[in-house]
Amino acid sequence: MGEQVAAAVRVRGLVKRYKEVEAVRGIDLDVVPGETFGFLGPNGAGKSTTIKILCTLVEATEGTAQVAGFDVARDRDAVRRRIGLVFQEPTLDAYLTGEQNLRFHGELYGVDRSTAAARREEVLQMVGLWDRRRDAVQTYSGGMRRRLEIARGLLHSPQVLFLDEPTIGLDPQTRASIWEYIRELHRREDITVFVTTHYMDEAENCDRIAIMNEGRIVALDTPEALKRAIGKDRVVITTDDDGAAIASLREQFEIEAAVHEGAVSFAVTDGAAFVPQLFARLDVPIHSVSVTRPSLDDVFLAHTGTTIRDAERGGGNPFAIMARGR
Amino acid sequence: MTTEVAAVRIPAGGLRHELRAASVVWQREMIRFSRDRARVVSSLVQPVLFLFVLGGGLSSIVQAGTGSVDFKTFLFPGVLATSVLFTAAFAGISMVWDREFGFLREMLVAPVSTAAILTGKCVGGATVATLQSLVLLALAGTVGVPYDVVMLLELVGLLFLMAFMITALGLLLASRVKTIQAAMPMVQLIITPLMFLSGALFPLSGLPGWLTVLTHVNPMTYAVEPMRSVVFARLDTDAATLAAFDPGIHWGDYRVSLGLQVLVVVLACLLLLTAAVARFARTE
Ligand SMILES: Nc1ncnc2c1ncn2[C@@H]1O[C@H](COP(=O)(O)OP(=O)(O)OP(=O)(O)O)[C@@H](O)[C@H]1O
Ligand SMILES: [Mg+2]
Repeated sequence: MGEQVAAAVRVRGLVKRYKEVEAVRGIDLDVVPGETFGFLGPNGAGKSTTIKILCTLVEATEGTAQVAGFDVARDRDAVRRRIGLVFQEPTLDAYLTGEQNLRFHGELYGVDRSTAAARREEVLQMVGLWDRRRDAVQTYSGGMRRRLEIARGLLHSPQVLFLDEPTIGLDPQTRASIWEYIRELHRREDITVFVTTHYMDEAENCDRIAIMNEGRIVALDTPEALKRAIGKDRVVITTDDDGAAIASLREQFEIEAAVHEGAVSFAVTDGAAFVPQLFARLDVPIHSVSVTRPSLDDVFLAHTGTTIRDAERGGGNPFAIMARGR
Repeated sequence: MTTEVAAVRIPAGGLRHELRAASVVWQREMIRFSRDRARVVSSLVQPVLFLFVLGGGLSSIVQAGTGSVDFKTFLFPGVLATSVLFTAAFAGISMVWDREFGFLREMLVAPVSTAAILTGKCVGGATVATLQSLVLLALAGTVGVPYDVVMLLELVGLLFLMAFMITALGLLLASRVKTIQAAMPMVQLIITPLMFLSGALFPLSGLPGWLTVLTHVNPMTYAVEPMRSVVFARLDTDAATLAAFDPGIHWGDYRVSLGLQVLVVVLACLLLLTAAVARFARTE
């Protein structure tokens, strides 16, 4: 099959403008068939908008995109037949049972009737919902709903599965199990997974990640390579007076530090060797020090100027979660 | 774990696939209808009140001029139409809920045409509304309408057609309103006038000219009148009663034939459905 060699996702010069907002500002992207591709970025970076363009729900203002070898604007139905979708917002019918939701999906996608029932069982078993298939979705927990949506997204054997924050609002155990399904998927089927997340530990599960900020891709590589590129260790100290500590770091070492998550944080080339000097020369009493090798959090910080958790808080807006339901 | 299923196959479009999609959308409406008994019962209250309370109250006044036929008998086809009107309009508007709860997106990103999905919705809404009106049809005898099998079948057919049209109208409205809060005023604003300007609850012959124009552009007028004709054809009435209760629809001097009335409704179905498809296909 010719389309196997084509990139799973191929994006060139993609731009999306909503009236005043420029959500996506020209991105290029190639996703290799069979990989798990992570898409990271703070709130409003344009991740969901990009996914909506790729799954033909939104038209791009400029640029081109191909999914599974088909152009999203010209071959809409061909793309739709080959992709599975789990949106950021829920899209289940809560009045129907889990199985009815899947049956609806199968019929809508025209899944071959001779294999439909077996396939339904397979995906429901995989996400551990087979025993609850006869219950109305209303009675499912948030994690169960998410798992059902993933099962549904897989029902028609898509070549590319788009997951927009599949683990948001879930407990750590459920999050881990969802990533377990994603790994299991690669073992079982020939599938490419395109996933957005806000959790850095989850991004480690990806073969490659792209970091998006304000509509642009600011970094794209394997997690390892991105961390290596940062090159510096992260030092986090707690002090009596964070303001004075920052000022002193600037005077004594010419280091720019900032407060993140209630502690002073900065990057140096060799953290372990730096600590003794820090105690000798900083004018402010230090309570604790920690030195870490670069993590994806640091990568994120370096490229977006904010840690993902600060970004998550979005200025401490408690309505952000509610808005998600829309 | 279960035996592994090789990747399932899905077709590259085609009429059969479209029909399957429309049919599963219809099935969903049926499932939801069967789960929602309370709504079925409550939506029968209004037509029953119209028929027996309004009809009963007015029949003593109206009796005077129209000896042989009770006002309730006149009202019967109109009340059938109103019950279908509200149920079908709600079935169409329910797309606003589907949007709110995200299910609309699940439907719109599938590799089928929007037309297939909306047709399934319309047939679903029409089925639900028609099923519901069967309860009222069973009451025919209590208001002096004979249980004539052919007449009942004709009425069911006409009710279904009208319900299809109104569901399509509901869908068109749903494509414009984006929130649940805005949906209810919309019903009041659009659906209630349709009812009053259709001849369902009183004969249109006595209205002033400018209102007559409105009744003539109201597609529901062309759905109610055939139902009334079908009922009155089975009654034993005199010409004067018929002239008062079932004057027909006149475009100028031309009395619109029953076939043409039905054609108007069919065209309205197609027009409204096409408009709704165009609007939903463009959302987001
Ligand atoms: N339908 C729309 N109309 C107008 N602006 C929109 C629309 N959808 C998205 N935007 C804007 O586009 C920008 C990018 O939004 P998008 O949903 O793609 O972000 P995101 O990266 O998915 O963020 P999050 O992490 O919060 O999900 C935001 O500024 C948003 O307000
Ligand atoms: Mg998003």
